[in-house]
Amino acid sequence: MEEKISALRAQLEADRAAVHNKQELSDFWQKYLSKNGAVTGLTKGLRDVPKEQRPAAGKLINDCKVWAEGVYESLAAQIAAAELEARNAAEAVDITLPGKPNPTGGLHPITLVKNEIIDVFAGMGFEIYEGPEIEDDDHNFTRLNVPKNHPARDMQDTFYVAEDIVLRTQTSGGQIRVMDAQRPPIKVLVPGRVFRSDSDATHSPMFHQMEGLVVDKNITLCDLQGMLDKFVQALFGPEVKTRLRPSYFPFTEPSVEVDVSCFECGGKGCGLCKHTGWIEVLGAGVVHHSVLKNCGIDPEVYSGFAFGIGIERIAMLKYGINNIGLMFENDLRFLRQFQD
Amino acid sequence: MKVPFSWLKRYVDIDVTPQQLQDKLFSCGFEVEELTCLGEGISRVVVGVVTEAVPQEGTHLHVCKVDCGPYGRDIQISTGAPNVYVGMHTPAALDGATLPGGVTIKAKALRGIESNGMLCSGEELGLNEDLYPGAEVYGLLDLPKDTVPGDDIRTVCGLDEYIFDISITANRSDCQSVLGIAREVAAVLNKPLKMPATDYTASEYTDPRLSITVQAPDLCPRYIGHYVRNITPGQSPRWMRRDLALCGLRSISNVVDITNYVMLEIGQPMHAFDMSTLESCRIIVRRAAQGETITTLDGKQFALTPQNLVICDGEKPVALAGVMGGLNSEITEKTTQLLFESAKFARDNVRKTARSLGQNTDASSHYEKGVSEYTTELGMARALHLIQELGCGEVTASHIDVSAGASREGKRFPARLSRINAILGIEVPADAVLDILRRLNFEVSLAPDGDTMQVVAPRWREDIEIGEPDLAEEVIREYGYEHIKPTFLKAATVTGGGLTPDQQRQARAKRALCAQGFYEAITLSFYADADLDALHIAPDAPQRNVVRILNPISSNLTIMRPLLAPSLLNAAVENLKKGNAAGRLFELANIYIPHQQPLTELPEERLHLGLAAFGEQEDFFALKGAIEALGRAFGIEFGYRRANAPWLHPGVSADILCGDECIGVFGKLANDVTAELKLPKDSRDNQKIFLAEIDWAALMAHRRAALRYAPLPEHPAVARDLALVAEEATACGDIIAEMRRACPHLGEVQLFDIYRSEAIGAGKKSMAFTLHFVPGDKPLAPEEVDRFVKKILGNLKYRLNVEIR
Repeated sequence: MEEKISALRAQLEADRAAVHNKQELSDFWQKYLSKNGAVTGLTKGLRDVPKEQRPAAGKLINDCKVWAEGVYESLAAQIAAAELEARNAAEAVDITLPGKPNPTGGLHPITLVKNEIIDVFAGMGFEIYEGPEIEDDDHNFTRLNVPKNHPARDMQDTFYVAEDIVLRTQTSGGQIRVMDAQRPPIKVLVPGRVFRSDSDATHSPMFHQMEGLVVDKNITLCDLQGMLDKFVQALFGPEVKTRLRPSYFPFTEPSVEVDVSCFECGGKGCGLCKHTGWIEVLGAGVVHHSVLKNCGIDPEVYSGFAFGIGIERIAMLKYGINNIGLMFENDLRFLRQFQD
Repeated sequence: MKVPFSWLKRYVDIDVTPQQLQDKLFSCGFEVEELTCLGEGISRVVVGVVTEAVPQEGTHLHVCKVDCGPYGRDIQISTGAPNVYVGMHTPAALDGATLPGGVTIKAKALRGIESNGMLCSGEELGLNEDLYPGAEVYGLLDLPKDTVPGDDIRTVCGLDEYIFDISITANRSDCQSVLGIAREVAAVLNKPLKMPATDYTASEYTDPRLSITVQAPDLCPRYIGHYVRNITPGQSPRWMRRDLALCGLRSISNVVDITNYVMLEIGQPMHAFDMSTLESCRIIVRRAAQGETITTLDGKQFALTPQNLVICDGEKPVALAGVMGGLNSEITEKTTQLLFESAKFARDNVRKTARSLGQNTDASSHYEKGVSEYTTELGMARALHLIQELGCGEVTASHIDVSAGASREGKRFPARLSRINAILGIEVPADAVLDILRRLNFEVSLAPDGDTMQVVAPRWREDIEIGEPDLAEEVIREYGYEHIKPTFLKAATVTGGGLTPDQQRQARAKRALCAQGFYEAITLSFYADADLDALHIAPDAPQRNVVRILNPISSNLTIMRPLLAPSLLNAAVENLKKGNAAGRLFELANIYIPHQQPLTELPEERLHLGLAAFGEQEDFFALKGAIEALGRAFGIEFGYRRANAPWLHPGVSADILCGDECIGVFGKLANDVTAELKLPKDSRDNQKIFLAEIDWAALMAHRRAALRYAPLPEHPAVARDLALVAEEATACGDIIAEMRRACPHLGEVQLFDIYRSEAIGAGKKSMAFTLHFVPGDKPLAPEEVDRFVKKILGNLKYRLNVEIR
C-alpha cells in the first residue's frame, strides 16, 4: 500500500504541473478525486491489506487524500487568480482618453461675487433690497444731498431718459427708498446694475454695485471699519485688513476710501497693489445728516453708515481679470472658467 | 492739479522730503497721483568750463578740453555745437551720464577723436526758455560765469524740482491752488502759513466813467473790477515765468502772466480787459441774447443762448463769463490801460456753458468746482500787488465791487465735542480737537461745560455745511484714521436678514438652468433699434414702445431693451464668431416698458428670463426639455401652442402656457433672421440657434405653493408598449391627451420612437409609446391593463383616427 501511495503521489505531482485552466483542473479532479479517481480508489485497495495493518494504511490513505485535495484547491485558486488577471487585462481602458461630457453650466462671475458678498452680509442681518434701475433725479441725486448745481454731479456721467429720469448712476438711491419705507434699525444691501456714460478698459457703461446701509442708534465710524474688516476677510482671506483714508461723497460725512492690505503679496508690495501694499476696494462713510433728514430720520437720535462696493472691481481683483469688457462679452471660454 | 515743491516752500517752512510730504497729504485726504522730479533721469551732468576748443578740419566738430572740477580738470569732449567758445560754462555730461528719455552717454571716438562725454543744450536737459532763460538757444546752454565747475547741473538749473500732481475731491474747491494746498500742508505739518503779499497802494486817480452792472446776480453773485493804467508791457520776471512753466503754462506778457499766476496761486481765475476797447467804459454782466455771438481769444466764434452768461461793455459781449475773454478786448502789446476782473460765477452755469460750447478752459474748470467770495477778494488784491511788484502799471483808485449780498464772514455754528466723538466712535482729547481745528483756521472757543464749542469756519471753506459731521471729518483726517478702532456694531439692534423669497427663487432658477448646461450671461441693458429690426419686429409692434436714452454713449446703445432675445442672440453670434461652435446661455434681467411717451414717471421694469442654445446638437426638443426641467424646479407643467413671434421659425416655435396664460415663447431662430446674421456666408444658413423668452413674474405666479410629499404607491406600476400609426398632422400632444381622457389610471407616458416607411404608408407615421399604469389600492391584474389599453385604442381610433400598428 505504501508503495502504491508513493507512486500515486509521484504521479499526481507530475500531473499537477500540467494543469493550466479550468478544463485541465476538472480532468485533474476526475483523475484523482472523483468517485472513480485514483485517490478515492485507494480506499478500495484497503480490502487487500491485512486486517491488523488496516488502521495504519487507512491513515496513510486519508493523509494522501487530504494532501491531494489541498493540491487541488491551491490549483483552483491559482487558476481563478490567473483568469481574473487575464480578464482585467483585457478590460483595461486608456485612462487618458477624455471624459464623456455631461451637461454642465455655471453662474456668471459677477453673480458668484455678488452671492458671496450677500452671504457675508445676510449673516450679519442685512436684508437684500433691489430698487429700480431707471430712477428719478430725486432718488438718484437730490435726496442724496446732490442738488441740481452740485459739483458732484460732474463726478458721474449720467444717462438721461427724460428731463428728471435717469439710468441710476449708483445703487445709493436704494438707501432713500429703504429709509422711506422702513424705520431704524435698518440693515440693508442694495445690489444691482448701474449705468454711467463711460467706456474703456476699466469702465463699462453698465456695471454692478452693492450699496450697504446701516441706520441705528450709536452707530460710529469704528463700527463701519469693524464690519468692513469682516467683509474683506470673508472675501480675501482672514489675514487681510482694511485701511480708511479721507475722501468725499456727497451723501456721507465723514467719507472714506477703504483699502485692503494686498492679498497677493501680504502688503509687501507687488504688481497687483502697484507696490503700495494696499488696494482700493470701496467707498464708505457716515450717512450725511441731510440724507437722514430727507428721509424723516432724526440725526440727533439715529446715525448710520453706508458703503458702496463695485462688484466688477471685486471680481476682477479676486479672479485676476484685467479688462471689464470681458464681463459682458459672455464668451463661453471665459464663462466656463467660473464653474463653482 | 500741479503744485511745484519750491512754490509751496515759499508759504510753508517744509522740513520733510517730497516723498514724506506725499504720504502726509495722502493721510489727510489729498492723493498725490504723481510726484515727478523735473531732473528725473539726469545723472553725472555737471558744470564744465571750456578751456580749449580746437576746430577739426573738414568737420563741424570742435575738440574741447573741459574743466569739470573734481571730475577732472582736463576732460576731452568733442562737440558739434557752433556756439562753443573758450571760457564757456556749459553742462557737461560725463562718461556714464544719463539724460532724460533714457539716454546714456559713453566715452567713445567721434571721427577718430576720443570724446569722454557730451556738452549739452538746454533742450537735452528738458529745459525751456521759461524754466531757464537761454535754454532754447541753438547749441550749448551758456551758463552764467559764476557757476562752479563740477557742480551738479540739476541744482544749477533748478532741475532738482519736484512737482506734485494732486487729486482734489469735489468738495475741496478751496484747495485748487498752490495757496490752498499750502494751507493744508501748514496744518498737517503744524507750521505757520506765510501768506503771499496782497498789499498795494492805489494812486488817487479815479475814472468816473467806469461802471459795472450785474443784471444776473443769480449767475454772478460777486463781481470786482479794478482799473489799472499806464501799463508798460514787457516780460515777466524770471521767477514768475518759471512758476508758470512748472505748472505747464507758457509766459505771454507781464499782465497776462499775472492773471494766470493768480489763478494758480490763489485759485481765482482773473481776466484783464483792454480798457480802451470797452465801449463807454462800462461792464454789464447779463445773459446772452438768443443768437448773440462772441469770438473768444482763441479765435473761435460761438452763437449764444440765454443759458450763457456774458460780460458786455456798453454795446457788445467782451467775454464769455468764467470761460474765456473776447478777442475784441484782448490785452496786446499796445494796451496801456486795463480793467481787472475777479468774479464769482455760478458753477453749474459755467459748466453748462463750457460743455455745451465744447470750450473747456482752466478758468471754467476752476469755476465749475467753485470759487469762494473770499478768493475773489484775495485774487484781486494779489493781482494788484503784483502789478506794483512788477512795476508794470499804476493801480488807480477805481475799484468797483458788486455783490449779491453774500456774507463776508465765515460760517458760525455751535458744535459739541461729545457729538464729534460719537460720530467717530473714539475719544479724541478736547485739546487735540481744538488744536486741529485751529490749525485748519477754524476759530474755536470752548464753553465752560467743556463740551460745547462756538466755531467759525474759515471764509474759504464754503463746503462746511452741517457742523458736527464736518468737524468730525476735519478732526479725524488730521488726527489720523489709524486711531479708529474697529468694532462690530457693538450698540446695534439684532436684525433678521437674507434674501427675499423671490430672490431665493431666482437663485433656484439659475441653479436649475446651470444643471441643464446653461451658463449665465450678463449683457448690457441697452441696445439699438437695429437690434429689434434684426429680429424682424414690426415697426408698430408693442416692443417698439421703448425707453430711449437722450444722451447715448454710442449709436448702438440708444434704447433700454424691451426684450432679452436680441441681447442673447448677439451673445450667441459673438460666440460663434470666436469659434465657440456650441453653447447654452441664460440671462435673468429686467426689460423696460414705458407707461407713456415722453416719460413722465418711472417705466415698468419686468424681470425676464432669456435662453439661447446653439450648436449642432441643439434642437427644439433639447430646449423644450430644458424649459420643462426649469418648470419642474417649481412644480409647473407647461402646455404649448404654436407661436407667432417674428424672430422664431413659425413651424418650430411655441408659446409656453401655464393653463391658458402664455408666460413665454421659445423656438428656433427664424430662417430669414438667421440668413441675415452677421456671420460668414457659408456658416450662416446652417446655424442652429434656439431662443426662449419667459416672463419671470408670470412664470412664478404658477409655481407650486409648497412642496408636499405624496405617498408612494404600494404596488408597482405596470408598463405597456404601444406602436401606433397616425396621420402625419396628428400632434403627439393630442394623442397623449386622448390617452389620458380614456384612462384615469394612466401615469407617465413616454414617446420612444417615431418611424416613417412605405410599409406604413405615405402621410403617416408610426409612434411608439411606453404607457405606465398606476394601480389603486390593489395590484393591477393583466386583464385589467388589457381593458385599459383597449379603451385607449378605441378612443384614439374614434377621436384621432390613430390605430395600433
